[in-house]
Amino acid sequence: MADLTKPTPEPARPEAIKAVPVRHPGRWAAVAVIAVLTAMFVHMLVTNEKFQWSFLVDNAFRPNIIRGVWTTIALTVLAMVIGVLFGVVLAVMRLSDNPVLSGVAWLYTWFFRAVPRLVLAILFGNMGILYAKYRVGGVPFAGQLGDLMGVDIDGTLFTLDARTLLTGFMAGLLALALSEAAYMAEIVRAGILSVDPGQEEAAGALGMSRFQTMRRIILPQAMRVIVPPTGNETIAMLKDTSLVAYVPVTNELFFQLQAVGTRTFNVFPMLVAACIWYLILTSFLLVGQYFIERHFSRGSAAGQAKGLRAGRRETA
Amino acid sequence: MTEPTDPPEPTVPAGPAGPVEPAEPAADLMVRAEQVHKSFGRLEVLKGIDLEVRPGEVMCVVGPSGSGKSTFLRCINHLEKIDSGRLWVNGHLVGYRESGGKLYELRDREVAAQRREIGMVFQRFNLFPHMTALENIMEAPIRVKRLPKAGVRDRALALLARVGLDDKAQSYPAQLSGGQQQRVAIARALAMEPALMLFDEPTSALDPELVGDVLEAMKQLALDGMTMIVVTHEMGFAREVGDSLVFMDEGAVVEKGTPREVLADPKHQRTRDFLSKVL
Ligand SMILES: Nc1ncnc2c1ncn2[C@@H]1O[C@H](COP(=O)(O)OP(=O)(O)O)[C@@H](O)[C@H]1O
Ligand SMILES: [Mg+2]
Repeated sequence: MADLTKPTPEPARPEAIKAVPVRHPGRWAAVAVIAVLTAMFVHMLVTNEKFQWSFLVDNAFRPNIIRGVWTTIALTVLAMVIGVLFGVVLAVMRLSDNPVLSGVAWLYTWFFRAVPRLVLAILFGNMGILYAKYRVGGVPFAGQLGDLMGVDIDGTLFTLDARTLLTGFMAGLLALALSEAAYMAEIVRAGILSVDPGQEEAAGALGMSRFQTMRRIILPQAMRVIVPPTGNETIAMLKDTSLVAYVPVTNELFFQLQAVGTRTFNVFPMLVAACIWYLILTSFLLVGQYFIERHFSRGSAAGQAKGLRAGRRETA
Repeated sequence: MTEPTDPPEPTVPAGPAGPVEPAEPAADLMVRAEQVHKSFGRLEVLKGIDLEVRPGEVMCVVGPSGSGKSTFLRCINHLEKIDSGRLWVNGHLVGYRESGGKLYELRDREVAAQRREIGMVFQRFNLFPHMTALENIMEAPIRVKRLPKAGVRDRALALLARVGLDDKAQSYPAQLSGGQQQRVAIARALAMEPALMLFDEPTSALDPELVGDVLEAMKQLALDGMTMIVVTHEMGFAREVGDSLVFMDEGAVVEKGTPREVLADPKHQRTRDFLSKVL
């Protein structure tokens, strides 16, 4: 069967096939429809003066907006870094044989996945109500101990007003990072479980510790499963930073754009500006995700298909 | 593939005994198993194994699937805990410390230290897919023994040459054939300079034409005096390289002797039945 399709070795190469290609009338119809719709949309964008493009361009790059962009980026990066690191810890706890550890991790995940981020943001913004003052370095029963020894020990290194400790930024960051950790824990757990158990055995048989096995063998392989959904999480986080406006954090991108809009009674152009800003920032994230995915496909069939030898320098 | 060329001289010179602790029992043996029992839930997989392996000995273990061969190997390097009995490797009690007539479980770190003396080769290789062949071999000496990188690298390259793969140092496992992967796995285990090597059906997952290279590497290792326990169905290898042959069935050692004795003149009916199927 296979032999028939293979040309028998003969010197003259048969001429290239010239056949009439299959027509795709449906495809052409679709192109026509899409072209018309696109033209209508562009026409609307250009001619409808409610868009006020020149107002948008004048106002979308003001210094306070740029500061808002930086706040949004900082919140995204920090919340994701904390979320990923804490998520890894939670995932390892969850997979541990210790029922206390895995129970605590389960509870944490349950709580932070159940409560909406918007609610968390407002909740963390109002934390100051719980404690007016935080005692840092407070020793429990310090007073009683002091009584015993006949000296007056306060045991408190210094006190902080809750509102200074939990600035809006910190409260917003915590709300986002802690909730992200819950989602990341599930993603990391799926990644760890995707790695062949034979890998852990081989590492154990070589005398590697559990930590070394996790850090050097399991997690790098789990990354191939972890990175794509983490990219999604990062993009979702970028957009969810707009929720900290409710903490309230006022120097964040969306709040600033809206403020301009309300102040000048030009709400709509500023909403369009928000779309454009988020599109730009997300595009950068996508580029970053591409390179991270490429790095962790090292040694996999997909990695080889692209002819990749990423991470070679580690050998030398 | 592995034609049983007439055994030239099956006795391998006993290698030097590893570091021994004088107070421990069985110090002159590499492995000593005494009434080792192991169950998974209700299923009793090992029903009292008694075995002794001398330093430098190559012991081949055969038996039907499910007879507990893998489980026994895994007990030897404490990948499984035994339920009762005693198991010593190189003079150390596996997984426990005995003091004042009481057994204390070893910490993870102490178990890891014990495993460094034991190399293991798996049926499905279990190479680390995100590392090159060379990195696979270098990983444990660098991370576990904390040896300097340059020396480890030289030794790793020498080990690759020893298993005939000096040109594959920079290949990832996915770029290697099964036989090549298994030889890298052998080199990886040897890099920790173990006193004992365990092989769990090292050629069972290989295409027939790739089996020979792996068996050749193992034979070289045996000739160098390594103590080996080899679970295998390659009777040619057992006859040629093995010093002893153990037949296991249903979690028990049914028969043990030199490969020639057991293969030519099995004492038990169960051994005879099994051998008639595989030979
Ligand atoms: N982790 C485990 N949990 C439950 N049963 C197991 C486990 N490992 C092995 N077994 C069972 O123990 C028996 C012996 O298995 P094994 O030692 O792998 O046999 P062999 O290697 O001789 O084929 C089999 O019945 C197998 O199903
Ligand atoms: Mg087995």
